[in-house]
Amino acid sequence: MLEIPQSMVDTIVAHARRDHPDECCGIIAAKDGRPSRLFEMQNTERSPTGFEFDSAQWLSVHRDIDEADEDFHVVYHSHTMTEAYPSRTDIRWSLTTPFAHWLLVSTRSPDELEMRAYTISDGIVREEEVRVRAPEAGTSAP
Amino acid sequence: MAIEVRIPTILRSYTGGEKAVQGSGATLTALLDDLDSRHSGLRGRLITDDGALHRFVNVYVNDEDVRFLGGLETQLSDGDNVTVLPAVAGGADPAEIARG
Repeated sequence: MLEIPQSMVDTIVAHARRDHPDECCGIIAAKDGRPSRLFEMQNTERSPTGFEFDSAQWLSVHRDIDEADEDFHVVYHSHTMTEAYPSRTDIRWSLTTPFAHWLLVSTRSPDELEMRAYTISDGIVREEEVRVRAPEAGTSAP
Repeated sequence: MAIEVRIPTILRSYTGGEKAVQGSGATLTALLDDLDSRHSGLRGRLITDDGALHRFVNVYVNDEDVRFLGGLETQLSDGDNVTVLPAVAGGADPAEIARG
């Protein structure tokens, strides 16, 4: 199960819609297992069929997360023509990336947005429930 | 000549769990050869059989991606720092899209 605050879901959806028809990509860091910060990453491929983190930004964000003693919790990206399910490319890259969860959104429909989460371990894809956490009363969204 | 090399979690099995190791070499290739003499197998995770930098890693010298410097022939000096990170990529496979 992957729990994400509503504010982060909103940010990811807006990011995916904004970058459509190209894929978007980003990171959710976590502290003690709870999502703490979201980083919208630049997709250097600027492509409808692929993403790659901008290498300079990734170095900076990696250092930031590492020094804050946070975890590389979620890598998210969008598919713009297909379902929100890991492609063979995603599975191949999952073997070397440090993230615990893969979150995919599909922007193929202008009306409905599909958001699904997976763990990919040794190439084995397992879907998991996405639970959206409502903002807590009296606190600002993270 | 001492150069600090920061190693990502995924490759620390080659460094006995160390986050950073010291090496020497006048170029990135020489440095990786030197590291591999003490951390056997590390070089093979960074360089392909064809001798090119592996697509799955980013290597930075003083925070500059070596793909924008001299690649594996990037010159190194005493006190430089080298960082290795897993590249992060993916995306819909064009072949899967074509099949519908």
